Amino acid sequence: MFDWTTDAAVWLRVAEILLHSIFILVPLLVVVAYYTYAERKVIGYIQMRLGPNRVGPRGLFQPIADALKLITKEVVQPQQANRGLFYIAPLAALVPALGGWAVIPFDEGVWLADVDAGLLYVLALTSLGAYGIIIAGWASNSRYALLGAMRQAAQVVSYEIAMGFALVGVLMLAGSLNLSAIVLAQSGGVLSWFFLPLLPLFVVYLVSGVAETNRAPFDVVEGESELVAGFHVEYSGAGFTLFFLAEYSAMTLVAALTAILFFGGWLSPFEGWAWAEGLPVLDSGIHWWVLKTAFFMYCFLWFRATFPRYRYDQIMRLGWKAFIPVTLIWIFVLGVAQHLIGVVR
Amino acid sequence: MGFQALLFYALAAVLLTAAVATVTLRCMVRAALCLILAFFTAAMLWMLLHAEFLSILLVLVYIGAVLVLFLFVVMMVERETPAEQRAPFRLSAALVALLMIAELLAVLGSEDFGPAQEVPSTIGSNTQALGAVLYTEYALAFEAAAVALLIAIVGAIALTLRERGEQHRQKPSEQTQASKQERLRLTDGRTEPPC
Repeated sequence: MFDWTTDAAVWLRVAEILLHSIFILVPLLVVVAYYTYAERKVIGYIQMRLGPNRVGPRGLFQPIADALKLITKEVVQPQQANRGLFYIAPLAALVPALGGWAVIPFDEGVWLADVDAGLLYVLALTSLGAYGIIIAGWASNSRYALLGAMRQAAQVVSYEIAMGFALVGVLMLAGSLNLSAIVLAQSGGVLSWFFLPLLPLFVVYLVSGVAETNRAPFDVVEGESELVAGFHVEYSGAGFTLFFLAEYSAMTLVAALTAILFFGGWLSPFEGWAWAEGLPVLDSGIHWWVLKTAFFMYCFLWFRATFPRYRYDQIMRLGWKAFIPVTLIWIFVLGVAQHLIGVVR
Repeated sequence: MGFQALLFYALAAVLLTAAVATVTLRCMVRAALCLILAFFTAAMLWMLLHAEFLSILLVLVYIGAVLVLFLFVVMMVERETPAEQRAPFRLSAALVALLMIAELLAVLGSEDFGPAQEVPSTIGSNTQALGAVLYTEYALAFEAAAVALLIAIVGAIALTLRERGEQHRQKPSEQTQASKQERLRLTDGRTEPPC
């Protein structure tokens, strides 16, 4: 049935891609585990507490202890829950959050897939993340979970529009949907990065990213003061762990994308500065991308510790009446500017 | 059989199963989820044809936005329609299905059905090629479609924005205008007699 001699190369390629994705996923999951530790520490220090400090030196083994505890806990299934969908939902939330990493360029030439429409691919996958939460809300057969899922569906659909429009600005400047081409279009030092000409769009993108991942101050989906725990109120043990992983890897993905789309990805901010030439640390490389991503990951925690939760109608107002008009106007301004300067690609 | 062929048959099998499940399942939510699966597999098939832009757009627009709202509505309605309520619709449903099959056959069977544009043999970027045609040759049709959609959006908003007298609404413009003088009153600490 299979012609192994001619297809061997193809199968080898498939095996290679699988291997490469493991090289991305394993570090990612470690980062996500320690992201939860960082969150508790950072918020702890912001609130003048110590945060976790019991397990291991300075509490460094806390994430491992948490993971072990969560995995060994009993998985409770509500009696009236929809059996199949109840178990599919956490996976449906996790897969898109991990799948987005396929097109992320880490350094020049270092990526799993060089997709021409990479930007669209990422946008499509982030919008798929909504299904995990909606299915969870419905399959749990619980009022709280369903209310959380309803809020989430409306919130994600609204902010996706603002997010998409913000990315249109990036597309206009870079002239490409390919993520590595977008990074290369920003070469020339910190002043050539897209966050300067696209400052309003950058703000809209970052805030929409926080809203898309249902993080504070936009976390009405969980809203423990109103909905107990929102969509995952009925989940325990491994199911809850998967939702947790999905949320944190989605946050990491948004941080990584912000670094790539608006802050030049792996490019060094000192590019083209005479005194920085020859210093290997200041050269472009993956460490710059890691630094920028880490900064935006920190911003997520910083926002959570700083801002009080928005009311649901305020979230909708901000999305539809502030962000979408801002992006539309800025796209128009960009178009006119590009026409006047004559850089239309 | 190569890897591509294997992928195609696997995806086609999933697509057909999901499509059949969409129309046969009694539970509305499950049917809607199967529809999502069918759309997703169709997008994967387009991807196999190197139509990556259309494929991702199908996922982004239909699965990412339209079907989210669809699922949302389906979840609000009854889980299953009783058999006696379904019965009167059998005949009309069959008629509509027949009509659609006839229409599909008429379109797909005609000799005019096929690409109007020659597919460029050196596809550098699918997205770029599509954009180049869409904004030059078909600019007028594209703009007309955009205007039609805009009218639909305005219409939908106008339909939902009817003011009903007895409603209590948040008025954010009034809320942000609130000042200390009208909300806060300082007293000297003694309780005032009830008036």
